[in-house]
Amino acid sequence: MGEFFQGIADSFTKTFITEDRWLQLLKGLGVTLEITFFALLLGVAIGFLVAIIRSTHDMNLSNRKCHVFGDYVLKVINAICNLYITVIRGTPVVIQLMIMYYIIFSSSREGIIAAVLSFGINSGAYVAEIVRSGIMSIDRGQFEASRSLGFNYTSTMIHIIIPQAFKNVLPALGNEFIVLLKETSVAGYVALQDLTYIGNLIRSRTYEAFFPLITVAVIYLVIVLIISFFLKKLERRLRNSDH
Amino acid sequence: MTTNDVLIKVDNLHKSFGEVEVLKGINAEIHKGDVIVVIGASGSGKSTFLRCLNKLEEPTGGKIFFEGTDITDPHININLHRRKMGMVFQQFNLFPHMTVLKNMILGPTKLLKKSKEEAEREAMKLLERVGLSEKANAYPNQLSGGQKQRVAIVRALCMNPDVLLFDEPTSALDPEMVGEVLDVMKQLAKEGMTMVVVTHEMGFAREVATNVVFIDEGKIVEQGEPEEFFTNPKNPRLKDFLSKVL
Repeated sequence: MGEFFQGIADSFTKTFITEDRWLQLLKGLGVTLEITFFALLLGVAIGFLVAIIRSTHDMNLSNRKCHVFGDYVLKVINAICNLYITVIRGTPVVIQLMIMYYIIFSSSREGIIAAVLSFGINSGAYVAEIVRSGIMSIDRGQFEASRSLGFNYTSTMIHIIIPQAFKNVLPALGNEFIVLLKETSVAGYVALQDLTYIGNLIRSRTYEAFFPLITVAVIYLVIVLIISFFLKKLERRLRNSDH
Repeated sequence: MTTNDVLIKVDNLHKSFGEVEVLKGINAEIHKGDVIVVIGASGSGKSTFLRCLNKLEEPTGGKIFFEGTDITDPHININLHRRKMGMVFQQFNLFPHMTVLKNMILGPTKLLKKSKEEAEREAMKLLERVGLSEKANAYPNQLSGGQKQRVAIVRALCMNPDVLLFDEPTSALDPEMVGEVLDVMKQLAKEGMTMVVVTHEMGFAREVATNVVFIDEGKIVEQGEPEEFFTNPKNPRLKDFLSKVL
């Protein structure tokens, strides 16, 4: 019995204490959070932009011909957005990451920037479809009421449509953020020392699989729980008007 | 009446949805202070006509002059003209993520650049007039249908419009709430507000309208002052329609 506990204590020491490995894990967590945070910002920015372009096209041009020059511009931009969503959703994120790192950033090898860009661009495609579904779910009457007051298309989007759409898609967006956090675990493919990479590194150095892998899993889980907690809070605050 | 009094002039208005021609050449003149009630069977084009007046529907032919400007001209900024044409919808279309007061001051503060205080003061005055001042900080979902529609009317009034367009304002209401909305509309008519009202409320038309217009299959087939219009209809389609709804 004593041997058993001694074994556990040894594995624990090897995993966390020797060579300050807990510090490595912490650094790995830092890298993971850094990539996730900036990719999130980028993904949301791209996502909303693409969603607005796509729904503007769908609401105005899907059942009529182009009249003015702007219509043709919108058509072309919409086609580009469609292509973007198709390509991003149709290829694995690991491949996108490696293309970004080994081809586009081949000369500089800026790992973090490559990762932020590829995860952000990847997430943007999904956010775009989520937000678009939110925009299209808003009753047309909301749009008409705003236009009838004299608001132009852009102001209507900003003051009336987007706030309601955002509220409706918040759960789906939250889910996408969680997915994004976990997807960054493949960052090790381009030599980034993120949480997963460090966990696996410790495993291979110590020949101890249990502690490193379970620890990494628990850390991800805790972060996801924290994100979920704040999302729920936000949802509740936005639901104020639904009494 | 002089031509200066003409607020809206509709000239040979056509509207098609794809192959379907809904409006087949409508001519009308709406003067300051007029209360025009538009009636007709469903699918006759009466709502489409109303929605063309502020270009929520893009006319496919003809012209609409509002205060002397041809608003079918693609080069004009329709948003500036819409500020002066309030609209009230069948489904109310209040903004559910804003309180009643926010709904009302959004246009005045963002478009007319009024201060928040001034806009709120005016909004509260209007709310008081329709007996809803205690609902200023409620959200639309906390109101009854009749209350929602009264808020929708005062929201339109906050922009100080020159004309109000009503698209079947009582059709989505429970019967016991129709009265409270019609009362507000009658009050407005009495105060000289120019109104174009699409409705099935014949009592309202009789009592308040300066002119009743009957649209059938995309054309105005009969119009006149309510007394003559209802007691002595000439068009057979109108006779048939009135016999069903009265």
